[in-house]
Amino acid sequence: MSDTIAAISTSIGEAGIGIVRMSGRESIEIANKIFRGKNVEDLKDAENRKLTYGHIVDPEDDQIVDEVLIACLREPYTYTRENMVEIYCHGGVVAVKKILELALNHGARLAEPGEFTKRAFLNGRLDLAQSEAVIDVIRAKTDKSLQVSLNQLEGSLSAKVKDIMGILLEMLAHINATIDFSEDDLEDLDYEALEKKGLQVENQIKKLLDTADRGKILRDGLNTVILGKPNVGKSSLLNAILRENRAIVTNIPGTTRDIIEEFINIDGIPLKIVDTAGIRETENLVEKIGVDRAREMVNKADLIIAVFDISKPLTEEDHEIIELIKDKDAIILLNKTDLPSHFDANHLKDLLPDKKIINTSIKNNLGVYELEEEIKNMFYSGQLDIESDVVVTNLRHKNQLVKALKNIEDSLEAIRLNLPLDCIEVDVKSCWENLGEISGDTISEDILDKIFSEFCIGK
Amino acid sequence: MGELKKYNAGSYDVIVIGAGHAGCEAALASARMGMKTLMLTMNLDSLADMPCNPNIGGTGKGHLVREIDALGGEMAINIDKSCIQSRMLNTSKGPAVHSLRVQADKKKYHTEMKKVIEDQANLDLVQGEVIDIVVEKDEVKGVLTRTGAFYDGKAVILATGTYLKGKIFIGEVNYESGPGGYSPSKLLSDSLKRLGIELRRFKTGSPARVHRDSIDFSKMDIQPGDEEVVPFSFMNMDQDFKIDQVPCYLTYTTPETKEIIMRNLNRSPLYSGEVEGVGPRYCPSIEDKIVRFPDKEKHQVFIEPEGLNTKEMYVQGVSSSLPEEVQKELYRSIIGLEDVKFMRSAYAIEYDCIDPTILKRSLEHMHIKNLFFAGQINGSSGYEEAAAQGLIAGINAVLNIRGDEPFILDRSEAYIGVLIDDLVTKGTNEPYRMMTARSEYRLTLRQDNADLRLTEKGYKIGLVTEERYQKTMKKKEMIEKELERLKSVVVTPNKEINDFLDSLGSVPIKTAHSLYDLIKRPEITYESLRDIDPERQSLPKEIRIQVEIQIKYEGYIKKQLAQIEQFKKLERKKLPIDLDYSSIKGLSNEAVQKLNKIKPDSVGQASRISGVSPADINVLLIYLEQKRREKKENKND
Repeated sequence: MSDTIAAISTSIGEAGIGIVRMSGRESIEIANKIFRGKNVEDLKDAENRKLTYGHIVDPEDDQIVDEVLIACLREPYTYTRENMVEIYCHGGVVAVKKILELALNHGARLAEPGEFTKRAFLNGRLDLAQSEAVIDVIRAKTDKSLQVSLNQLEGSLSAKVKDIMGILLEMLAHINATIDFSEDDLEDLDYEALEKKGLQVENQIKKLLDTADRGKILRDGLNTVILGKPNVGKSSLLNAILRENRAIVTNIPGTTRDIIEEFINIDGIPLKIVDTAGIRETENLVEKIGVDRAREMVNKADLIIAVFDISKPLTEEDHEIIELIKDKDAIILLNKTDLPSHFDANHLKDLLPDKKIINTSIKNNLGVYELEEEIKNMFYSGQLDIESDVVVTNLRHKNQLVKALKNIEDSLEAIRLNLPLDCIEVDVKSCWENLGEISGDTISEDILDKIFSEFCIGK
Repeated sequence: MGELKKYNAGSYDVIVIGAGHAGCEAALASARMGMKTLMLTMNLDSLADMPCNPNIGGTGKGHLVREIDALGGEMAINIDKSCIQSRMLNTSKGPAVHSLRVQADKKKYHTEMKKVIEDQANLDLVQGEVIDIVVEKDEVKGVLTRTGAFYDGKAVILATGTYLKGKIFIGEVNYESGPGGYSPSKLLSDSLKRLGIELRRFKTGSPARVHRDSIDFSKMDIQPGDEEVVPFSFMNMDQDFKIDQVPCYLTYTTPETKEIIMRNLNRSPLYSGEVEGVGPRYCPSIEDKIVRFPDKEKHQVFIEPEGLNTKEMYVQGVSSSLPEEVQKELYRSIIGLEDVKFMRSAYAIEYDCIDPTILKRSLEHMHIKNLFFAGQINGSSGYEEAAAQGLIAGINAVLNIRGDEPFILDRSEAYIGVLIDDLVTKGTNEPYRMMTARSEYRLTLRQDNADLRLTEKGYKIGLVTEERYQKTMKKKEMIEKELERLKSVVVTPNKEINDFLDSLGSVPIKTAHSLYDLIKRPEITYESLRDIDPERQSLPKEIRIQVEIQIKYEGYIKKQLAQIEQFKKLERKKLPIDLDYSSIKGLSNEAVQKLNKIKPDSVGQASRISGVSPADINVLLIYLEQKRREKKENKND
């Protein structure tokens, strides 16, 4: 890890300020080559962790690239525990890109995604939960999800998990005390009390898990698929939404060349729209990518927007789509209300009785607002109070919680079956360890300390 | 005193210093593996002495004894010869934590062990106080005794117990002494210091011994042994094992006890700060218990015989370092001890021990070749913990001399592995006692299957006898055969079967079930299916127990086996012992310091060192991966 990495650490095109960041032994030297300070000749003399004013200059042609503030952060007291340089320039695409290019031309290499965090992590700067939260910060698509990530960084997830571990520790200490000190006159362990504590753990893990899906959505964006037969108005719909909300980040090629993912943001709700617009409007989507792929796409979706053309009767292809979305979260758009209707809306309502139906004329921008309102409605409906709630945003954390839940459920089952304590303990302990892997601390001495502090033991 | 005149007293492969529980196992293992072995003790009468409680086994400890036995050690066989009461603890709490705990006739235990040692080929037993360990170029060369005898030795095992600079405290009185009134070893500590080995002080305590005739047993609860007695040694299992049992008694302290202690607390050296040693939390003095748990109205006191040929009774639960006169007063406040006569007073004892993190998992010193440490000198407590370490040190001294790989049991294989890994990896801040809670894999490390787990390993290194090995192999085969048979015997849902199940309080079956599947039901035992299993042959009890446990807990055992597989992954990632961790970039400073101190032999061991974070472990894994790639590249060049 001796080389120096560089990257743009702000989203392109969004902010007023752009930041280019470098980490590694030669960061300051590299910065020196492209920086002309007003008062500071050599960045090696720049005060640690203080901003220095000057210009980024391309040494090739002495052209000024941008007016910047630059900060030199010296190891080991930096985010990565390496030498770091941060260059604050004007926002927008041109300046940041040019500065990054200059850094790369003068000895740095482009950082891989998450590499700053990886270095921080490998240099012992972050614990597991924190470092993954930082990765989430990097990936966070919107302000609201950023807030959740920051919360986690502050340790609110860790704190919640530690609360649950506290209950488990009590259970473990009690079980083990009665096992290892069976001749001391300790209170007999009553299975009912044990079950009660187990149920508390189960509930709290479930609560955390409930937030996990919303958490994932906040991080990755709602996986949204627009479905509809050719010429129904899918492209216009996407353009309408994009126009209003401005596509951010970048286009990421999908799994086939025909599918493209767009990230947009509706009032803080990030949407990852799987855009099938790349499929020529003349082609049948299902035919083009195959029924299985279409079904897979639909299954993976958090939200489906199905568009129907009311100027024409329902076709076989419409029915295929209805079949696909029957059991999914979907919003139905009846498009082209500006044209005469040849469409049996009631029949559709019968086929999809629980779906919200919105009449639109996308061409005239009618109904797009209602669509956005409905999306917000469906996923927040006031339930998610991001500011105060702990939200599980990380897949690994979620997986650990799922494992923990399974283990506590198994132990509750064992308690109800009146199985012996040594069996019950296996699952309780596994549950405790699953949670410990979220916050990164599972130390078996804890159990002994708890035993000795709470029980009068020793013959 | 003039200059000590030295003479050459003989030449040995392995020299064991100390004849306690660690020393005995070490010396026997070494001699049985064919090494010319010398055992030195300060007093032949203290061989296999039990200076504190008169019992062997208990939770966790009983597991150790079974494991020692499975590997060809002596403790289990010896206690089976000298046992005067036997109980299986925790029978209601599941098979993994069943623990055999027996009362010993202390004198008999000593005499029987001494006989075994005296009869052992390749083993010389000699009384003598070692005052110096001779080391040249970081390799041990021999030992010197106080009387000038120099013994040449290829390997030396230190098993000195609590004798090093032993100091006894009874109230304001304190004096240099070993346990039980034996002389302390005052000079050996300095020899260790000269070798650069740091010493620290631990303490432990022992209650008073009182005269049997002065006790009013009518006020106490009698505690008889089990009706059906199980031997400790696997070698005695298929025999009709019977012992004459004597009872123990249970009584309680009174409010007066508490009052006496509170009034005299200032006279305890533990509270006045005179004792510097650290005592064990699980073995507190009575004054400790009363101070720490003031709400508890009464504390248990067990009265246990010290042997069949003595009237000395051990008063379990009332160890104390209060002055003798206060001790007598407080003992007399205990129900049934109103007129008690003291024979030996309670005391606290403080002694030198090492920080066991200077040892490898073979129990060899990290830097001094062929110098081994075992037992309480390593900061452990208990006869069983000592014996287990003695056995492993003995085996590894032999393997070192042979030039073979060390014998290391890991945490998934044995409680012995847990014990040694804990000591050398984490160290200990108090005398270390085994508990089942220390094991991550309790359900697979049971006391009933120690032979199935370990005997083959003991056989491979040449310690387990052919007889024992064949016995275990036969047992394994019988268990597997019976398990297979139970899978193949299938019952179909008919009235007879379902009535039978109903009589056992079990739900009827609707499809065909094997007997194997039926035994999985919590309310059904192997025994209870006899009536619907006409082809069943009568099998020895130990086989029946194994069969039932393996079926009933199959699900849990499988879970643990999966965990063990995970655990083994990191254990297999070996770290070289000469690795300088400060050369690895990315490790935290604390990790570098700890890793350089402990020198773990695998990433698994490293992960258990406190202060080494998951991030550090990732760095180590990345480092090993880098090294592997470098090696590969070099090969390709």
